[in-house]
Amino acid sequence: MWRDAWLVAGKDVRIELRSRVALWQVLPVAVLSLVLYAFALGPGRAALAAAAPGLFWLAVLFSTVLAVQRSFAIESGEGTRDGLRLSGIDPAGVFLGKMAAVALELAVLQVVVWAGMTLLFGVHVATPWLAVAASALATVGLAAAGVIYGALSAGLRVRETLLPLLVLPVLAPVLLAASRAWAGALAHGSVSAGVGWLRILGPFAAAYVVIGIVLYGPLLETG
Amino acid sequence: MDVAARLRAAVALAGRFPALSGVDLTVAGGDVVAVEGSNGAGKTSLLRACAGLLPVHSGTIEILGHDLRADPAAVRRRVGVLGHAPGLYDELNATENVRFAVRAAGAGAELVEASLLRLGITGRLAKIEAGRLSAGQRRRVALAAVMARAPELWLLDEPHAGLDAATRRVVDAAIDEAVRGGATVIFTSHEQALAEDLADRVVTLSGGRVRDVRSGGRRAKLTAVPKGGTHVA
Repeated sequence: MWRDAWLVAGKDVRIELRSRVALWQVLPVAVLSLVLYAFALGPGRAALAAAAPGLFWLAVLFSTVLAVQRSFAIESGEGTRDGLRLSGIDPAGVFLGKMAAVALELAVLQVVVWAGMTLLFGVHVATPWLAVAASALATVGLAAAGVIYGALSAGLRVRETLLPLLVLPVLAPVLLAASRAWAGALAHGSVSAGVGWLRILGPFAAAYVVIGIVLYGPLLETG
Repeated sequence: MDVAARLRAAVALAGRFPALSGVDLTVAGGDVVAVEGSNGAGKTSLLRACAGLLPVHSGTIEILGHDLRADPAAVRRRVGVLGHAPGLYDELNATENVRFAVRAAGAGAELVEASLLRLGITGRLAKIEAGRLSAGQRRRVALAAVMARAPELWLLDEPHAGLDAATRRVVDAAIDEAVRGGATVIFTSHEQALAEDLADRVVTLSGGRVRDVRSGGRRAKLTAVPKGGTHVA
């Protein structure tokens, strides 16, 4: 399973590096959304700083949908989905590989978006370990749930519009918990309150990873 | 291997409609079997059902001794499929595509270069992204991916379609080589003469059923090869 996951992740990352869709489409959308949030909230730095964690995770959430759509667009070429089914790769390995590739893209995206937010909104992380822990757990949760729902909608003609409809409500707990955890990690934030939200992010990520490992085979066959 | 594929009253559905309507067919190990029939006869469906890509509604399909419904994963590792669509990743080059297919099957990488060479995908051509290759070149890369996995059963859907005469000869030689290596080949074709020339047996499908099974000319050609000579298909 791990060998297969490594193989699929390597393939997806290599394709992404070649096509640069994440670089030229997903990342600009995330950064642009930050600028638009700043326009919408006005020039007051206090309001921007207060809203920063929520806006950051909102940008990451919408980018997740794009990254997942892109991950399944790779397999929408002529016969590639059938090829993957016939390849002999363990479906759980396909799930973990695709999840790892999406998670890696999201991690890079978060670094860039947070740098932009620091610049635009003037916010600073005071408790880095809490921000990193929240990011890691939220990223795994977003990627795992995203890949499951991506597989669910992959075989459908309306997949582009259906995926956000399916996945955004499911990811709402991650948005809430990650935003609150990050608020705790910022200057003047409550670290203990922030740590409490990790108790939602951890089980969410673990649950979706397990669900993906168990259910990805049938999803791949029926999608 | 005595029997490579055995279908008993196999009914397979494409959506809600039966693509195979009770197929009974036994393919002996080491045989080359051509499947012919008009459009919609069930040729592609037969191959897809044997690969486990089309759900079996009733009846049974045994591939290489495994019940397809009970153990599809065991079958897929030992079967190589060339579909209508090449199944290549556009952003990966020919070598990377073949290498991925081989690693996915858990096969050794030693056949990657040899298979590409056999299909004439060498030098600069092997480094070009698959999305920039012509349809014929993509088909050759896809066949190289099948060949490099060294499957025991080859399922080839119209392997000659869209290829020039020289490449068709290469495909014929690849099939011949696979069979001499102990593999079994089932391929579909619209060309009756080609099917009869290349196959040991020719199966005619119509309306998702087997209408006729007759001998092909491959065995006769092999016996006509002089002693010590090499047969070239």
